[in-house]
Amino acid sequence: MNLEMLDEIMRTYGYEESGVVAMLQDIQRKERYVPEAELRLVAERVGIPASRVYGLATFYRSFSLKPRGEHIINVCLGTACHVRGGARVMDKFTRDIGIQPGETTPDGKVTIEPVRCVGCCGLAPVVVVDEEVHGKMNQKKVSRIVEECRGVHREGVQA
Amino acid sequence: MACAGTGCLSNRSADVKKTLQEEIARHGLDDEVLVVSTGCNGFCEQGPILVALPDGIFYQKVTVKDVPGLVEKYLLGGEPVESLLYRPPGQKEAVARMKDIQFFRDQRPIVLRNKGLIDPESIDEYIGMDGYQAMVKGLLEMTPEQIVEEVKKSGLRGRGGAGFPTGVKWEFCRKSPGNGKFLICNADEGDPGAFMDRSILEADPHSVLEGMVLAARAIGASEGVVYVRDEYPLALRRLQIAIQQAGDYGFLGEDILGSGHDFRIRVVRGGGAFVCGEETALIRSVEGRPGRPVPRPPFPAQKGLWGRPTVINNVETLSNVPTILREGGEWYARMGTSSSRGTKVFSLVGKVNNTGLVEVPMGTTLRQIIFDIGGGIPGGKRFKAIQSGGPSGGCIPESLVDLPVDYEELTKVGAIMGSGGLIVMDETSCMVDVARFFLGFLMDESCGKCTPCREGILRMHEILTDITEGRGTMEQLALLEELALAVKDASLCALGGTAPNPVLSTLRYFRDEYVAHIRDRKCPAGVCRSLIHYRILSERCTGCTACARACPAEAVKGKKKEKHEINAEVCIRCGACHEACNFEAVQVY
Repeated sequence: MNLEMLDEIMRTYGYEESGVVAMLQDIQRKERYVPEAELRLVAERVGIPASRVYGLATFYRSFSLKPRGEHIINVCLGTACHVRGGARVMDKFTRDIGIQPGETTPDGKVTIEPVRCVGCCGLAPVVVVDEEVHGKMNQKKVSRIVEECRGVHREGVQA
Repeated sequence: MACAGTGCLSNRSADVKKTLQEEIARHGLDDEVLVVSTGCNGFCEQGPILVALPDGIFYQKVTVKDVPGLVEKYLLGGEPVESLLYRPPGQKEAVARMKDIQFFRDQRPIVLRNKGLIDPESIDEYIGMDGYQAMVKGLLEMTPEQIVEEVKKSGLRGRGGAGFPTGVKWEFCRKSPGNGKFLICNADEGDPGAFMDRSILEADPHSVLEGMVLAARAIGASEGVVYVRDEYPLALRRLQIAIQQAGDYGFLGEDILGSGHDFRIRVVRGGGAFVCGEETALIRSVEGRPGRPVPRPPFPAQKGLWGRPTVINNVETLSNVPTILREGGEWYARMGTSSSRGTKVFSLVGKVNNTGLVEVPMGTTLRQIIFDIGGGIPGGKRFKAIQSGGPSGGCIPESLVDLPVDYEELTKVGAIMGSGGLIVMDETSCMVDVARFFLGFLMDESCGKCTPCREGILRMHEILTDITEGRGTMEQLALLEELALAVKDASLCALGGTAPNPVLSTLRYFRDEYVAHIRDRKCPAGVCRSLIHYRILSERCTGCTACARACPAEAVKGKKKEKHEINAEVCIRCGACHEACNFEAVQVY
């Protein structure tokens, strides 16, 4: 992220310590994770130790300190999804893509992450792919999503 | 009225709306028909949903392809489109009108009164439904003490979990010495399986803002914060639009309506931590620190945000307030039971036909909720238990299905009201697995500050994992119970204090299932992978090869049109064959 953009984010929250979580959220929205360099810069500009910013970034579960893939597949493992077979949906994703939950494929294309409830429990089991909600999942639909993600890759490579 | 809640949007309701508008224009009906995007209708199972007014016809599962027919037959021809109407499970007759559908008929909407009826992004539509009238009354005709009194009279209790009387909380804060009091609206819905706060914010955000203005007036706060989940982008956006509009109309800001009351609201996005449902942790989080709880007293109403007196109310609680002031506390108190007044919104999910949001008077029985409104259990399966109150709650068995739902009754049977998540489970849900699931959730979410919670939950989870994977012993079962009681007594905050509930309640009602896992190495519900195997019933198998094609491990053997078999040694028990079979030939043992 360039310095200007980072500065604009920090300015929105007045360089205040109480705004650090929001700054990290905005950084993550742009970069898909919180890079160490940005984390250190936030600490420096706000005037607090980097350890404290690191503490926030690791306490709150929505942050990732590792780079994440171009596509992020969030498999809901909330209660409603659990009783309707969310774990089996997760297993199918990890099997088909060949990585474990929380990991990113070596080519940096796909990340699989478990989430605890996205609030669409009426449609359980639910998967969110790049912020698009897919409801009433089953193993067949998983195959389709994996194919779509791969299809988008190929286009991406050609372009 | 086109539903644009998160559930329906995921079923492409935006495309349906667009096509509908195009078709209406094509037929020159622009002047007669208006298409409005609404918030969540509540009957998410049947999305995308369209409701036609003034007839009140309820169209469900509408796809883009259905739209031209709908416009021609219904809007031009005046005939309802049979194929898009709702049919109750197991019945042939369709029900055309929304108010005749049992899911809606037995509800009593107070908080959800505007859901699906107004455009949540328009303050004028909210005003058109008597919105902000209560605010005018509260600011210009009543003293803060009178507002507190009215809410006390209503008997309203906190809808976020603990059920503390709202009026009493307000009075406590009002009387606390100190200036610059704060009001926080807790919209950090952390309970997995509950989504009413999200729906309220998406369908009727102004009701929450109006409730906040009144609450702030009552306690004497001039600053308010909405602490909302970052995972709820649509709710966040609609909330921000609502705050902007209310500001433009002079309903927020300085000297509101000339009353001398100032009130500003800002939005803080949560970082995704369940423990932030605990008030002291939430306050730390708003201050920009890790959300770890601190001992009480002092209570937030004495010393809260930035050390100043603070009231924290949940979204649903605040959304009740305008109606209470408009209709009167006595009117509200006439609904419900002696200790729990008014209505409660439940998110009815899991193994039930009609999933969605349900608002009923307190004291409604579980049976009415599950079987009348919820339409019973799908696939003719047997109802086994209902989980109430999220990770801090408990499982209630079938034998207690006539329990009237209120705060006290739920606590008596080992569950809690919590935020109102009701997860229905049938005979194919394993209670040991459910307990393990919740403990796994709490293990991740424990903030780690106090040892009983941090270590106790971890050890309980280990024991439950042993049991579900077939390594459990009867000695461990005794240890599990002892640990559960110790964690309950010794934890610092409510997260740890209630964490053993899923274990204790399942042990109380479903001990047999634990014993079956340990002694017989069997999972009676057929869920725990290490203890089950799949078999194909040869009399049902048609040799269609669907299971063999679905199997990722090549464990299914058999030629086309011949009986298939599963090689148990190769089988990874993923359940793909079970899901693929159309003849119920693949069985779990």
